[in-house]
Amino acid sequence: MNDFPSSAELDALYLSLDVALRSVAFTLPLAVLAAWVLTRVQFPGRLLLDAFVHLPMVLPPVAVGYTLLLLLGVRAPLGAWLHRHFGIALPFTTAGAALATAVMTFPLMVRAIRLSLENVDRGLEEAARTLGARAPDRFVSITLPLMLPGILAGAVTAFAAGLGEFGAVITFAANVPGVTRTLPLALYTAMQSPGGDALALRLAVLSFALGLLGLLASELLVRRVRRYLGR
Amino acid sequence: MLHVSVSKRRGTFSLEATFTAPIPGVTALFGRSGSGKTTLINLIAGLLEPDAGEIRLGEEVLTDTLRGIAVAAERRRMGYVFQEARLFPHLTVEGNLRYGERRAAAAPPVIGFEEAVALLGLAPLLQRKPRQLSGGERQRVSLGRALLSRPRLLLLDEPFASLDAARREEVVPYLVALRDRLSIPMVYVSHDFDEVLRLATHVVLLDEGQVLAQGPVEEMSLDPQLQRIVGPELVGAVVEGVVTRLYPQEGSAELALGTGTLRVTLPDAPLGARVRLQLLARDVILATQPVQGLSVRNALASTVIAISDDEFGAVLVRLDVGGAVVLARITRAALHALNLQPGDAVWTLIKAVSTRGHAFRLAPG
Repeated sequence: MNDFPSSAELDALYLSLDVALRSVAFTLPLAVLAAWVLTRVQFPGRLLLDAFVHLPMVLPPVAVGYTLLLLLGVRAPLGAWLHRHFGIALPFTTAGAALATAVMTFPLMVRAIRLSLENVDRGLEEAARTLGARAPDRFVSITLPLMLPGILAGAVTAFAAGLGEFGAVITFAANVPGVTRTLPLALYTAMQSPGGDALALRLAVLSFALGLLGLLASELLVRRVRRYLGR
Repeated sequence: MLHVSVSKRRGTFSLEATFTAPIPGVTALFGRSGSGKTTLINLIAGLLEPDAGEIRLGEEVLTDTLRGIAVAAERRRMGYVFQEARLFPHLTVEGNLRYGERRAAAAPPVIGFEEAVALLGLAPLLQRKPRQLSGGERQRVSLGRALLSRPRLLLLDEPFASLDAARREEVVPYLVALRDRLSIPMVYVSHDFDEVLRLATHVVLLDEGQVLAQGPVEEMSLDPQLQRIVGPELVGAVVEGVVTRLYPQEGSAELALGTGTLRVTLPDAPLGARVRLQLLARDVILATQPVQGLSVRNALASTVIAISDDEFGAVLVRLDVGGAVVLARITRAALHALNLQPGDAVWTLIKAVSTRGHAFRLAPG
């Protein structure tokens, strides 16, 4: 792997981990909610919501980043409101990079969680009803634990994918070293700079290693949880 | 009393049932597969809502479509033992057992945790996960879990259907013990008349979504509609007797039946025990004269009450045997040969060994 870590590489690495972690942490509850609504709740327009949630998967990442700018740029309607009332400005910030990453990886999380939700035996929830458990109780004591493999798989996949998010991050949060220059951005920048080939190579190897580790960890974790759940 | 009067349509299937289940008691919802039994029990549990109707437990209205009352399943306090156990895979046996207990705080307990574990033989299993249990063990845990949720009524949907004969034999005695020790009312779905015989006090006969008849087990065993459903081989009067003498080496006992006595194969009953047994009509022989030199041990003086055709080409003779009603199934040829008429005095012959597997102890009182 990496024999001579430089500050540029370490910055990029820590930033990537930070951004990906934040993006997963903040969107996980939302993803569970979305999975629930799309699986268990009947309402007109559900198909439309489904499509909307999955949109980032099919749109060009740059387009997604651009759309975020249109909404949350400091002069944009929502962005200006945030800036005026809370002092929050998202472009050029790590938080902004996290948001762009979150939007791009959201559909991945929702898909994985939905799958595990669909596989939860409704008969078990019925049994819980006969034992006196009301709806929120049933969700927390029965459904959620049984969804755990899917939630974990979704989270780790989103995390791994988030490490590699480029187009949306660079368009929305820009390429500020130490603030928004995650691994993919650092790699791109190194390639563009004269004499940056060695750095670029190291960053590429680092990205591969992270991706592999992420997938392995995900698989091991999911297996562990499955065993705990008795499958 | 549990009063049920509901109608429900699902696709092409239509259920319309009105019955009462006496409390205390074990009421069996008996019928073939597809007769609507599971739908009915799900309506009682509140897992399904009827299209129209009323369900009342004593004075409490659980469902009333006219007044828009529908108490949620989680508030009905009815334990439910499902056909497939439905244990929570992520919890241990103990976790499963305590699940309902934890959510029933205010209600009076039916049984204590240790007592339930002892009664159902669950002590060595407490820390295991459901996937490590056999089918019979799972059903016992399921029973325990339902009981510990402090139910007012226990619903059981063919709890032994998914078990093989050996497992069933393992679990049924626990259920019998529960019935006798706890006197908790039960509504029990079954398509197996032997189970009904062992457990039920009351039978509601269902066929194609309709209640054909209902009543005490003894009375229902004489009902032609039940006979149609169980088939000719399983037709037989259910009678109750008291053990008056024991023959331990032989594994048999003498029962007082009506004004007569009946010798039956019954290994474990003590003197004075009440026994319910089914005398299969096909094993009952009639004689117009007292017979000598026969291996049959029971020859009871009786009177012919009525004669009817059964649906399968033979003849059912209803007999008064010292006050108890017994059914005999004979061929038409035999009927003609003996020239039997209602009112005739005949000897009713019953082989003692034919009662094996059809005699069960009832709880005292």
